[in-house]
Amino acid sequence: MEEHTQHLFEMLSQVDGYIYPNELDLQWGILIVLYPYITGLVAGAFILASLERVFKVKVLKPTYHIALLTALSFLLVATLPLVSHLGKPLRAIEIMITPNGTSAMAIFGFIYLWYLMVVLLLELWFDYRRDMVIWAQQMKGFKRFVYRIFTLGVNDLSPKALRWDEKLGYFITIIGIPSAFLLHGYVGFIFGSVKANPWWSTVLMPVIFLFSAMVSGIALVMVVYLIISYIRKMKVDMKCLDMIGRYLLIALILDFSLESLDQIHRIYEAEESFEIISLLMSGQLTYTLLVFQVLLGTIIPLIVLTILQFYKKNIRLRQTLYMVVGFIVLIGIFFMRWNIVIGGQLFSKSFHGFTSFKLQLIGSEGILMAGLWLIIPIFILAFLLWLFPPWKKTEETAY
Amino acid sequence: MPKHIRRLLLLFAVLITLFIIVRQVLIPDSFGQFGHYRGLALEENKAHVARYVGTDICAECHWETMELKTADMHAEISCETCHGPGWKHIEEPEQGQLTIPEGREFCGTCHSRNPARSASLIAQVNLSDHNIETNCSECHNPHAPWN
Ligand code: HEC
Ligand code: HEC
Ligand code: HEC
Ligand code: HEC
Repeated sequence: MEEHTQHLFEMLSQVDGYIYPNELDLQWGILIVLYPYITGLVAGAFILASLERVFKVKVLKPTYHIALLTALSFLLVATLPLVSHLGKPLRAIEIMITPNGTSAMAIFGFIYLWYLMVVLLLELWFDYRRDMVIWAQQMKGFKRFVYRIFTLGVNDLSPKALRWDEKLGYFITIIGIPSAFLLHGYVGFIFGSVKANPWWSTVLMPVIFLFSAMVSGIALVMVVYLIISYIRKMKVDMKCLDMIGRYLLIALILDFSLESLDQIHRIYEAEESFEIISLLMSGQLTYTLLVFQVLLGTIIPLIVLTILQFYKKNIRLRQTLYMVVGFIVLIGIFFMRWNIVIGGQLFSKSFHGFTSFKLQLIGSEGILMAGLWLIIPIFILAFLLWLFPPWKKTEETAY
Repeated sequence: MPKHIRRLLLLFAVLITLFIIVRQVLIPDSFGQFGHYRGLALEENKAHVARYVGTDICAECHWETMELKTADMHAEISCETCHGPGWKHIEEPEQGQLTIPEGREFCGTCHSRNPARSASLIAQVNLSDHNIETNCSECHNPHAPWN
């Protein structure tokens, strides 16, 4: 057999039924799965932080700054999976230079920049300015240098200046909430607006993305908080942890209901695409959807979190359970993104066939690359925690 | 307004101005001339030499081959489909030599049996048992298969 036909046969063995030639290869791989995953973590962590500040849930205080720093470290890498997927990093600037106003994807650069510069960095700045001024006087070397730059050379700690900080910080958190909704709702919109793809095209998509973002962000902050406490041998504030657990439970219930609503709607409508979608869910996506996303990422956490609402005895056990729940929820949401991104490309537009997705280990679209983009934010977070330790902040902030 | 807020506003003003300047510098001159792209890109593309020159030109010198071909089953196929782009050859026939395809595999790219191709559109043979002793051109003239 000639070489090209041999290659063709190899490819065809990965296909079921009838597909169009250009559907053989999946264009969006694991890096595109990471993109909504990471932005979701950012939005979710920020919303948890704003609960404390805007909605005055005081018990969440110990996690306020951790949540903001977590959001920042993940936001800093949020675009990098996209850039490395596209493979032309030098051209990335062009969506800012010559923006295309009618393309939903092209506007992301500005939404991202708004969120990074105006919301997160400013909020952290107003929060930390007082401490940076103090630290700059106490410390030497690199840290002092960095604080000097970040304070913009102003050492004004008068009550008036501090009141400005606080007012503006509060104001920015308020802007931040709709911005966080915008950031992630927008990512959902990109998928939800692909009208050619019945698996993606639903108006509920941005809302589902938002709630799953909250779920993953809250779970992430919970895990980070537990790990930091463990490493620093600090006592975990159980009131705070329980409260996070409660919000996680609420977010999970809302997320689960919305997604179920979406599915029920699909099942009842049973449009012409329904047959292929039900085959997709019971075939190609069995493990990632039913086992990882629904069972591991939703049902088990729902049960455990509900029990933890009533069970208040053994503190150790509760912490361990929260930790485990946090992790499996994070895995579950990852697979939720997976099922959307990869799942939406597995079936043919003809609705009569499937292709399959093979995940590589190495290479620019492989597991290792994806792992890199998930590990880098953790290092950034460690660095930020070292540079701006929330536990060294001077207390008695007025708000 | 406290000093640090003024500094902050200044910083933002500087950043935004910087962005606007960088943008001015980086936007290509002809951008937006016709649409959301670099207008000069069209000129650049136009400046490329066409590599495929078409069958009519070949006929000016190879009229015999042309006559042969037009009279038979390969009439519809352009010379350059088999011989490759002729942009150099038409100017300097001796220097810019064209490829002369050979071997059974070559004819097979179109004629080998493939169930995905409709047999009513193109005749197909099984390369591994249709007169395997010799080259196709021993019996079929590539320019006129039944000649
Ligand atoms: C200006 C006249 C002229 C034109 C136009 C021309 N050819 Fe030729 N072609 C020649 C000449 C002269 C030779 C012989 C050159 C040699 O023997 O080295 C030749 C030789 C060839 C050969 C054989 C090369 C070899 O190695 O024996 C091929 C094949 C060929 N031409 C194809 C084409 C095709 C296809 C076109 C149309 C794109 C074309 N020619 C247009 C003059 C022309
Ligand atoms: C179906 C593919 C095909 C097409 C179409 C085709 N040729 Fe050829 N041509 C060949 C092959 C194969 C040979 C080599 C023949 C051999 O090995 O004897 C060849 C040889 C030639 C030669 C070398 C001299 C000779 O006759 O053997 C010339 C000149 C030539 N072709 C010109 C042309 C011109 C001019 C056209 C367009 C009118 C044309 N060819 C269209 C396949 C093709
Ligand atoms: C670019 C594709 C192509 C290449 C290469 C090609 N052919 Fe053809 N051939 C055709 C087409 C198209 C027809 C006319 C449609 C048909 O087969 O009924 C045809 C017709 C024929 C026929 C007549 C079939 C019939 O139905 O009577 C023969 C014989 C043939 N080619 C032999 C050859 C040989 C020998 C070669 C190699 C030198 C060759 N072809 C290379 C496309 C090609
Ligand atoms: C020994 C001479 C010979 C050789 C070599 C030869 N053929 Fe044929 N070919 C014939 C004859 C005779 C026929 C008509 C009878 C038949 O269909 O077998 C024919 C028929 C064909 C047909 C038409 C089949 C149909 O179903 O109408 C095609 C196409 C063809 N040959 C292509 C090729 C190709 C391609 C090669 C090289 C791989 C080749 N031939 C080599 C003698 C030959």
